[in-house]
Amino acid sequence: MKYKGRSYNFTLGLGITVFMVALILLGFLWTPYDPDAMQGSLKLNAPSLLHLFGTDQFGRDILSRVLVGAGSTLVIAVGTIVIGGAIGVILGAVCGYFGGWLDEGVMRICDALAAFPSVLLALVIISIAGSGKYKVMAALGIAFIPSFARIVRGEFMRLRESDFVISARLVGVSTPRILFVHILPNILPSLLSSLAIGFNNAALAEAGLSYLGIGVQPPDASLGRMLSESQTYLASGVWCAIFPGIFLVLLVLGVGLLGEGILDRFGGGR
Amino acid sequence: MRRKVTAILLVLCMASSVVLGGCSNDKNEGGSATDNELSKNPVEGGSITVGISQDVDGLDPHMAESAGTREVLFNIYEGLVKPDSDGVLKDAVASDHSVSEDAKVYTFTLREGVKFHDGSEVTAEDVKYSIERCADTSNGEPLVSAYSIIESVNVLDENTVEIRLSEPDTEFLFNMTTAIIPKDSAQTIDANPIGTGPFAYASRSEGDSITLKKSEEYWGEKAHLDEVVFKVVADADMLVSYLKGGSLDMVMRMTNAQAAELTEGFHIEEGTMNLVQALYLNNAVEPLNNEKVRQALCYAINPDEIMDMMNDGKGVRIGTHMLPGYKAYYNDELTNYYSQDYEKAKELLKEAGYEDGFDLEITVSAADQPHVDTAQVIREQLKNIGVNVTINPVEWEYWLEEVYGNRNFESTVVGVDAKTLSARSLLERFQSDGGSNFINFSDGEYDEVLSQAIASMDEKEQTECYMKLQEILTEKAASVYIQDLASLVAIRDDFDGYEFYPLYVQDMAKIYRVE
Repeated sequence: MKYKGRSYNFTLGLGITVFMVALILLGFLWTPYDPDAMQGSLKLNAPSLLHLFGTDQFGRDILSRVLVGAGSTLVIAVGTIVIGGAIGVILGAVCGYFGGWLDEGVMRICDALAAFPSVLLALVIISIAGSGKYKVMAALGIAFIPSFARIVRGEFMRLRESDFVISARLVGVSTPRILFVHILPNILPSLLSSLAIGFNNAALAEAGLSYLGIGVQPPDASLGRMLSESQTYLASGVWCAIFPGIFLVLLVLGVGLLGEGILDRFGGGR
Repeated sequence: MRRKVTAILLVLCMASSVVLGGCSNDKNEGGSATDNELSKNPVEGGSITVGISQDVDGLDPHMAESAGTREVLFNIYEGLVKPDSDGVLKDAVASDHSVSEDAKVYTFTLREGVKFHDGSEVTAEDVKYSIERCADTSNGEPLVSAYSIIESVNVLDENTVEIRLSEPDTEFLFNMTTAIIPKDSAQTIDANPIGTGPFAYASRSEGDSITLKKSEEYWGEKAHLDEVVFKVVADADMLVSYLKGGSLDMVMRMTNAQAAELTEGFHIEEGTMNLVQALYLNNAVEPLNNEKVRQALCYAINPDEIMDMMNDGKGVRIGTHMLPGYKAYYNDELTNYYSQDYEKAKELLKEAGYEDGFDLEITVSAADQPHVDTAQVIREQLKNIGVNVTINPVEWEYWLEEVYGNRNFESTVVGVDAKTLSARSLLERFQSDGGSNFINFSDGEYDEVLSQAIASMDEKEQTECYMKLQEILTEKAASVYIQDLASLVAIRDDFDGYEFYPLYVQDMAKIYRVE
């Protein structure tokens, strides 16, 4: 990757992302309280020193739930871009490099998939397969394939006739090696930034699905679920909504800035 | 598919049914959370939009399975008699009735001038047709299981109908609330509902709403409102926003926390839902087929804590399958039969061979917040005895089909209502081979006492039998009984007149607008 110069987006994004991910990883190992433990005497308590983010309608500690919930959101978002990214990159690479009828066929299918908004597509998949953390991940992953495939395909088409690829082909480098060792590293900046955008879309889509009640199911926490449940208590326990909201915003903002920053700093094909 | 399911359910359908939300009980009107004394004047006319958590499962009153449907249809259809808000049966389509000494012949005189919503007058033939339709056994069990003892329905003259029973039944009048529909309308009633109630059917948009309009021809006190819209809101989290935003005017079965949000512009009526809320256990699956395991669950679950979590202690704790509102029958001594004792629960599990606990799945209708909340509290309580609960939230239609219809579940939190005002309607369900015995409870003694109760001519003996039945259910831990849920009804201050019934119904005719 070429170094293009300083980027405040990159620094800020990296800072926020590292901070959030560290917090969430901490949540996997330790939370101040059991996130599911209910305490009747502590229902809808405002933030205090004991419960920094307050408690919800069952007296559960919101900080603990936000940490665990953000964990679910993170796992789903990462899972989504791993599934969507891996399949998308392979499809895009093959289509872009070889072109022809294969390219035509795969891309038309991708067009068809992309014609549906990704959340809607995920909704259809979930209504067939049922809800739950891993199904949401798979559903969103499938829904995200076309966007990755398209970007990667464009980049591969651009690079397949470039000098270094032609040289490699002439000296007899195997095709998979050309695809993934010679070309792929050259498209990393645009791939990484689209992965960052994909991550954000996935995190928001998960929150949206859970908000609609079809994503992560109670009693498991997720940021979207918490937001959904808390809307009943907006007047009497606004902290139930604020903290999951802030977490979601920071997570998405951090990764979004990071994506922008990667482009600023290392340059993309665009 | 759904039609077919409904049809199957109907056949199974016995004297009572199952629902989610719930409705009312004692006459605890008043109790406004907001002290909005309505000093304003009532006015006629207007339209109200009421939020309901499930769509109706059809408009044919004889086929309606879920209580959520019956609470809507209550406004459209009437029987020969109908309950009033005190739980007393009042003559409706009939103006008078008499019972023979041997309790085998019931005679009804029809009220003059009762008209169907299409303008035609109700005749004795219509009554005969409606009752015979529900008593028809050509498809197996009759639509109203109690009608299996009907020997004949005779039209004595144009205003008199006589029902002859093959065996005496002193409680038979409770079953005469069956809706009267026009003769030969079986094929059309679902699409074109015609009844005699204070409201007539106007339109329905499936899955979204059902609209009723005032019946100007009503024989009794006419409704005050011109129009009632029941709107399906499947997402309980949205109710408060909809009320505040103005798209709903009234919602039954709010939780305390939801009601507390409605500080301005609404008043809250407080009663109970008339539902037996329990963690219903499928007595036929491992390990719940072991009585000790079921008892262990009873010892581990604390209804008081559940009520405290959900509604700040509101609601009435129960210990058996009976509504506390049915005072004559309710076996009060069973309420605290199981008091929370984790040690004892663990001991029972150990005796049953489940020393290390087990996994339990609770299936629950996702739209019904009280039941979802209850399941979450239960999950925490059962952790203490090593029972690992997963909650499986499903849609109501799925619940009806898989849990209630196919009995394909481990446990479920739900509220079961009573179809009529008699204890029998609640207890009859648990006959070993009962069609609506969805928990697969099976006990020889229970069946015996039940048939004794039904055959009994003596009211005292009958009541004793009902008490005994409740005892058996509790001792055998048929399910983990929790509570009759508190029912908080939020009504916009533009309306008033809400009345609780001891049955799962909403009487919209009593509600009026104020200015």
